[in-house]
Amino acid sequence: MSSGTKTTADYIQHHLTNLTYGQLPDGSWGFAHSAEEAAQMGFWSINVDSMAWSIGLGLIFTFFFRRAAAHATAGVPGGLQNFVEMIVEFIDDTTQSIFHQKNDLIAPLAMTIFVWVFLMNLMDLVPVDWLPELAVLLGVSHMKVVPSTDPNITMAMALTVFALILYYSVKCKGAIGFLKELTLHPFPSLAAIPVNFVLEFVSLIAKPLSLGLRLFGNMYAGEMIFILIALMFGGGVAFFIFGGVLQWVWAVFHVLVITLQAFIFAVLTIVYLAQAHETEEH
Amino acid sequence: MNLNATLLGQSITFAIFVWFCMKYIWPMLGTAMRERQEAIAAGLRASEEADQKLASAATNAESEMAAAKEEASAIIEQARSRANQMVEEAKDEARQEGQRIIDAAKAEIDQEMNRAKEALRADVAALVIAGAERVIEDNIDASKHEAMLTKLASEL
Repeated sequence: MSSGTKTTADYIQHHLTNLTYGQLPDGSWGFAHSAEEAAQMGFWSINVDSMAWSIGLGLIFTFFFRRAAAHATAGVPGGLQNFVEMIVEFIDDTTQSIFHQKNDLIAPLAMTIFVWVFLMNLMDLVPVDWLPELAVLLGVSHMKVVPSTDPNITMAMALTVFALILYYSVKCKGAIGFLKELTLHPFPSLAAIPVNFVLEFVSLIAKPLSLGLRLFGNMYAGEMIFILIALMFGGGVAFFIFGGVLQWVWAVFHVLVITLQAFIFAVLTIVYLAQAHETEEH
Repeated sequence: MNLNATLLGQSITFAIFVWFCMKYIWPMLGTAMRERQEAIAAGLRASEEADQKLASAATNAESEMAAAKEEASAIIEQARSRANQMVEEAKDEARQEGQRIIDAAKAEIDQEMNRAKEALRADVAALVIAGAERVIEDNIDASKHEAMLTKLASEL
């Protein structure tokens, strides 16, 4: 628990506030000092901590995988190459079992999502106070270290996937074909067009929303529980031990959750894009 | 939790990482893995072929061994019969040689005997006459009794 006279509510609030850069109420540009100030900044502000961690983790991913790729040999693979190949093969198998058309983007896209989201989620296992407290010591007021607990991050990825869904839908089915799919399914009659459109439109919109919010919700809730458990550490020896046990149990469970969520995001992306490529009537 | 430009920043970052992965990571790894797969497949095929070759070589070796054994026993058989033949020949030769030696010895004996007989014949007359002279204490005219002596000598 952070030092000083902070209340429990302050502590939780502090953990849930991003380091946001934008236009302050007085007109100057700078970091928001509180969640309210960050909210007042409107759309043209940026969560520096989310971006920094997400880019940093992305660079870790590309660095190691690029290293393995650059030294890739058809001979006996080394440890790193072996590990990377294991992931490549896993993603490749998953992609080929779902996605049957020819598209060189899908598998690398799925691998980037899987590994990157996994790394972002993995930050959840770092004890909740370490990095934010370190940031405070270094003079940075707020620090949210799990990018996937920021809806901006998860929704940005989901919307990028959504853009790909729209692009490939139009590309593979044609604009007319895509419109037909939106209006003449599931009831193929002219009178049912409004009903069809509502149904299909909702299911289309639900794709990015469910994709982004599922990841956000899971990680946000997981983070919240870690924060609540961390609160126990300030409540005496008995609570400290109990909290320690709880944290360990939740962390072990969370290892499963973060992997699963990364995998779900990747697989659903493949599934949605496979649907976008499907041209035959059904 | 408010939506802001992080949305755009993350979208761009995402696109860049995906592009990088598609361009500089996935293809190399895919190629390496495919090549290894082919190399392993080729290796397995080669080892299977080698197995087959080994099996056929073993069969070959067996049949050649059998052929060689047969040939060897044929040669041994031949050698044995040749040896027998040589022994027989040698025996024959030895027998003939022996016969020849015996014949020669016999001929020599006959010759010697004839010579002895001749000598005896030549001597007999004189001996008889000498014997008879002793008996009759007188000289015998050899010429008178020549016919009789010759007859006696030829009877010897």
